[in-house]
Amino acid sequence: MKIHEYQAKELFKKYNVPIPDGEVAFTADEAVGTAGKLGDFPVVVKAQIHAGGRGKGGGVKLAKSADEVNSLAGEIIGMNLVTHQTGTEGRRVKKVLVEQGLNIDKELYFSIIPDRATAKIVLMASEAGGMDIEEVAEKTPEKIIKVFVNPLQGIQPYHLREVGFGLNIPPAVMKRFQPMVRNLYKLFVDYDCSLLEINPLVITKKETVVALDAKVNFDDNALFRHKDILEYRDLDEEDPLEIEASKYDLNYINLDGNVGNMVNGAGLAMATMDIIKFAGAEPANFLDVGGGASAEMVENGFRIILSDENVKGILINIFGGILRCDVLAEGVVQAAKKAEIKVPVVVRMEGTNVEKGRQILAESGLNLTTAVDLKDAAQKVAGIVR
Amino acid sequence: MRDCFSLDDRENKDVSIFVDKETKVLVQGITGKEGQFHARQCVAYGTKVVAGVTPGKGGQKMDDVPVFNSVKAAAKETGANCSLIFVPPPFASDAIMESADADVELIVAITEGIPVLDMMRVKNYLENKPSRLLGPNCPGIITPGECKVGIMPGPTHKPGGPIGVVSRSGTLTYEVVHQLTMQGIGQTTCIGIGGDPVNGTNFIDCLDAFQKDPETKGVVMVGEIGGTAEEEAAEFVKNTMNKPVVGFVAGLTAPPGRRMGHAGAIISGSSGTAQSKVAAMKACGMHVCEDLGTLGELCAKVFA
Repeated sequence: MKIHEYQAKELFKKYNVPIPDGEVAFTADEAVGTAGKLGDFPVVVKAQIHAGGRGKGGGVKLAKSADEVNSLAGEIIGMNLVTHQTGTEGRRVKKVLVEQGLNIDKELYFSIIPDRATAKIVLMASEAGGMDIEEVAEKTPEKIIKVFVNPLQGIQPYHLREVGFGLNIPPAVMKRFQPMVRNLYKLFVDYDCSLLEINPLVITKKETVVALDAKVNFDDNALFRHKDILEYRDLDEEDPLEIEASKYDLNYINLDGNVGNMVNGAGLAMATMDIIKFAGAEPANFLDVGGGASAEMVENGFRIILSDENVKGILINIFGGILRCDVLAEGVVQAAKKAEIKVPVVVRMEGTNVEKGRQILAESGLNLTTAVDLKDAAQKVAGIVR
Repeated sequence: MRDCFSLDDRENKDVSIFVDKETKVLVQGITGKEGQFHARQCVAYGTKVVAGVTPGKGGQKMDDVPVFNSVKAAAKETGANCSLIFVPPPFASDAIMESADADVELIVAITEGIPVLDMMRVKNYLENKPSRLLGPNCPGIITPGECKVGIMPGPTHKPGGPIGVVSRSGTLTYEVVHQLTMQGIGQTTCIGIGGDPVNGTNFIDCLDAFQKDPETKGVVMVGEIGGTAEEEAAEFVKNTMNKPVVGFVAGLTAPPGRRMGHAGAIISGSSGTAQSKVAAMKACGMHVCEDLGTLGELCAKVFA
């Protein structure tokens, strides 16, 4: 799960990680009010969306007066911000963060991520702050420091020193830097983060260290023990069909293609999308109904696929294990009878109770195409979309 | 790590790795809905399910299977050397460590949705333990005709070998096995290593065991997007194996930055794409199947 920068900074504040003074604003008037409270110009007006690259896309601006705050906030709020992470359609900006400008001496990069290969928590830092870190990693990997922490051991002073000395933190700043890194690690672990990134982390002319930006993502699997984080969820940032699917515990991702598909199991779902592509078409979605799907879940999944206007045909691919083919077939029939199906549907079933499932579909009177195996299914789908 | 039984002292020419008809299984979470259902399925398949564990329900029975309060008590009473875990995510890491502390040799964690940090702690904890962990978020392991420790549909499999299967997926593995069976190709052992970012036994552990197993003549390896496990496995195939390995990777069409169901199936930045995995497999001399619809036919050719 992703949250906004201003929400991440609320968490930083709770963990005594220094952030610039500032507040979130939903209108230009509010932004001007916040700037007034901050007292001093310049201030920074930052678009709040769940995507990186906001600066380059024109969503972060420096304002030297109240008038400038008014006009810039007016421009940014309501704009369709396009960055390398939003896709070409961009994202509508609904709020901005108004913050005190700082006298910056040096910009650093800092992040914490779980390393899947070693099962360690990695502190990553670089003196090449403010830049695209993927690019730094590719072109000048020697400029990135990585410190691995065993979660059973927890963060130790020598870890903090390794990061601090590696970044050439000036001695006067070090006494503030080390506790900050310790607190960030604590935040990361306390809240089951999947990413904590500050780019840039700045050292000011006053020898303080401040998190100028804040990006925090959470492990979806751990949200059951972080109810307070769930309140940060912003439905405006999510696809309406994906929100609908999440109500029924369906794993759905909306994509650009025109062949809808419903599959049980994530791996098989991905492979089925690939098959659609090989057949010369594009998948309209990823939908994993899960191993233990009920007829009701299948029905809802079917309805959600059908509500995507781009869908010109549907491929259902189920390998019955725990989810039996007869249960699936009943769900499809129920859904088909309730919703008006205007597009061709190819069904491929295999596994537990497959004969019973095929019988239910055959006797339903519905206009469904049955495929005997995956190859057959792919060819039939290709025939439909051509 | 130690295998569930030693390959050297096998009798009766078993065709398997990690589990066989002598494996004694205890089921953690046996009185839950899923645990009960699948424990029965395993028994029906012929697996020796000797005990169940549900804290607080010790002394009861699930069908004929005695239930214990702890793994230690269950293992001591019944000689169980393998545990099968259906415990819900918040309590699953505890269940895995409990089994490891009771010196259970093979721990198969089916549970999907365990927090990554929990699994990182478990993984570091297991470093100094002899137990082997399979999963989590996996379908388990089956030696067709002998022993099923997991949730896969038994009849899809064909006993007798000679092909081993190792996979990060669930139903995708069933599909792969189904296509093998349809081609008349039997399996020695089929292993699901799980779709989470942090898991126990990896591709290389399984490939190594298949390479050493005299009954296994070739391997099908099924990967998916995310991480670099497939690339590392491909290197292992090139450097260490002389048996043919067919590779498949799901997710050629997956968009970056989106979690494709499995917690581990995510392309982050430029790392973890199916394209890079396929390229690594090809470069290492593996037989790569790009279109899943044709996997069975490819295997028939490669393993002929």
